[in-house]
Amino acid sequence: MSLLEIEGVTLKFGGVTAVNNLTMNVNEAEVFALVGPNGAGKSTVFNLISRFYTPVSGSIKFDGVDLLKLAPHEVPSLGIARTFQNIELFHQATVLQNLLVGRHRHRQSSLLPQLLHLPSVRAEERAHREAVEQVIDFLDLQPYRDKMIAGLPYGVRKVVELGRALASKPRLLLLDEPASGLSVEETQNMRWWIDDIRRQMGITVLMVEHDMGLVGKVSDRVLALADGAKLAEGTPPEVQSHPAVIEAYLGTSAISKTADAKGARV
Amino acid sequence: MRFHFKTSYDDDIRLFIDGWKFSLYAALLVFMLALPWLIDDFYLGEANNVLIWSVCGLGLMLLTGQTGQASLGHSAFMALGCYSCVIMMESGVPFIIALPMAGVITGCFGALIAIPALKLHGVYLAIATLALAILADDIIVLLEPWTGGVAGKVPPDIEVFGLTINRWGNPTEWYYMTLIVVLVCTLFYRNLLRAPLGRSFAAVRDSEISAQAMGVNIARTKTIAFGLSCAITGLGGALMGLFAGAFNNETFNFLLSIQLLMMIVVGGLGFIHGAFLGAIVIAFLPQFLSIVSDTMGHGVAIPGLESAVFGVILIVFILFEPMGLYGRWLKIRTFLELFPFARKDMFKRQKSYLKTERLR
Ligand SMILES: Nc1ncnc2c1ncn2[C@@H]1O[C@H](COP(=O)(O)OP(=O)(O)O)[C@@H](O)[C@H]1O
Ligand SMILES: [Mg+2]
Repeated sequence: MSLLEIEGVTLKFGGVTAVNNLTMNVNEAEVFALVGPNGAGKSTVFNLISRFYTPVSGSIKFDGVDLLKLAPHEVPSLGIARTFQNIELFHQATVLQNLLVGRHRHRQSSLLPQLLHLPSVRAEERAHREAVEQVIDFLDLQPYRDKMIAGLPYGVRKVVELGRALASKPRLLLLDEPASGLSVEETQNMRWWIDDIRRQMGITVLMVEHDMGLVGKVSDRVLALADGAKLAEGTPPEVQSHPAVIEAYLGTSAISKTADAKGARV
Repeated sequence: MRFHFKTSYDDDIRLFIDGWKFSLYAALLVFMLALPWLIDDFYLGEANNVLIWSVCGLGLMLLTGQTGQASLGHSAFMALGCYSCVIMMESGVPFIIALPMAGVITGCFGALIAIPALKLHGVYLAIATLALAILADDIIVLLEPWTGGVAGKVPPDIEVFGLTINRWGNPTEWYYMTLIVVLVCTLFYRNLLRAPLGRSFAAVRDSEISAQAMGVNIARTKTIAFGLSCAITGLGGALMGLFAGAFNNETFNFLLSIQLLMMIVVGGLGFIHGAFLGAIVIAFLPQFLSIVSDTMGHGVAIPGLESAVFGVILIVFILFEPMGLYGRWLKIRTFLELFPFARKDMFKRQKSYLKTERLR
């Protein structure tokens, strides 16, 4: 059984079919990449898994649990964490506080003990901070630890968002364009992190990414989407050389032609 | 500039970041405790007034500054706190129980009010809560058998452990009583900030969408924020009514809500210090204005001057210093600490985007 099973899911926004009868399975401990031109419906798939949208038809199951029966805030408690394409951090809070919100699903204390800061609350806080500190070490965020998000550069925010997701110790990590807007060096780091997240932490990764260089290096399987429908699925080389994929990209824009010429992107 | 070398997780959890901060606040506490010997009864009453406003402000700060939910209905909760406390006192409940109970009652009511208000955001929430504040006046009149209606109520003297506390007879005891309430509320507020609940408040304020993606139940969090906020403001309202010595349906006028909101904006949204700084401004502005108009306008009272001046101050703050007095102080402090290395654009405001369409 796969960890995440999406079956025949369709979602429409008015006249636009953002996701069209999509079926895909993500296996435990693999890195699975979703690729496709802009507007293909990749982020919408993530938002469906997060339960921000409800599909018209189809089913989404995580480890056998029907996600469609859950409210958005119940999804993370199963062990699903995510990042956003346009970075959604808590701006008026420090990096540390942002990561600590990632621990939300592991909280135990109720209201009164928190107001009184009972010893049990302090013990819980220490445990949260220990977990967060491990993430800070892993992602080399020490220099930014006590800085406000509002003043941080883009690349760092991207890493903080990854950190916040990791702090929740998820089983499935959804990364929406983790390398977009990053420098070559930062992309390189992201690649090692994704590798380590899967290998050392045993976390399953589902990611959306345009950088085919990165996709080819880190992912086990790739699924290409266009106009909400599946074009091709397989290993990175299989998908990259698939005729339908090549056609979809050549047909969509001139940018992809130049990108193809460079061989770095689809 | 002081550097903090952190050696344990507790360094981030404890109330005071270092010995210096601890001594600073300890000195402030000693000063507050010594105040009755330093100033006369009139000014002690003013200080008491500032503290009472601070309690009300802390309540609204928790909701608006911490959780990002505007409320113009807090005068209604001040009224509820006041009436329930005094009614309990009149029916023989000891004050030491009546006051916290008034907070609890107001908190529960606030949480109830939050449920229909959950769907509302920003200006709409402000308008809906304003309606509540305006309604409160009529409700108090309608409930005359309990509230005394237009004639109002004169609260009995406060009795704590056999000690009678009367505003005119025992100003010092009154002041200490308020100070205790302030300290307890501030401690609770601080405790929240270093616990998961306080962080989920901030998460809801800054991004509901990613708060949800982290497992924060938005509806529940807002309800708790409303409840706690109203509980604290209810305590403040009770103290305010008791301190006034008499109150009726007009005492907790909706204008009080607006003043309260202005107060926390001017003080600095999202900072505990902001509630106190704002309270100082709001309590001393009338005095200041009367001194100014005495020297300038031959003592002629100009109607509405106070509100007008406060409105102008508010607009100036929103335009030029949205982080309020406390934000201004933080900038000055950082500038001094870094001198001469402060960069000019260090505090430049980030452009914030509309919250719609951010999911794609
Ligand atoms: N909230 C929304 N309302 C209306 N249309 C939307 C919404 N979100 C996405 N869409 C549309 O759905 C399609 C897929 O979008 P998206 O999933 O963001 O694509 P991408 O693959 O680039 O992430 C696009 O045509 C987009 O305009
Ligand atoms: Mg997208």
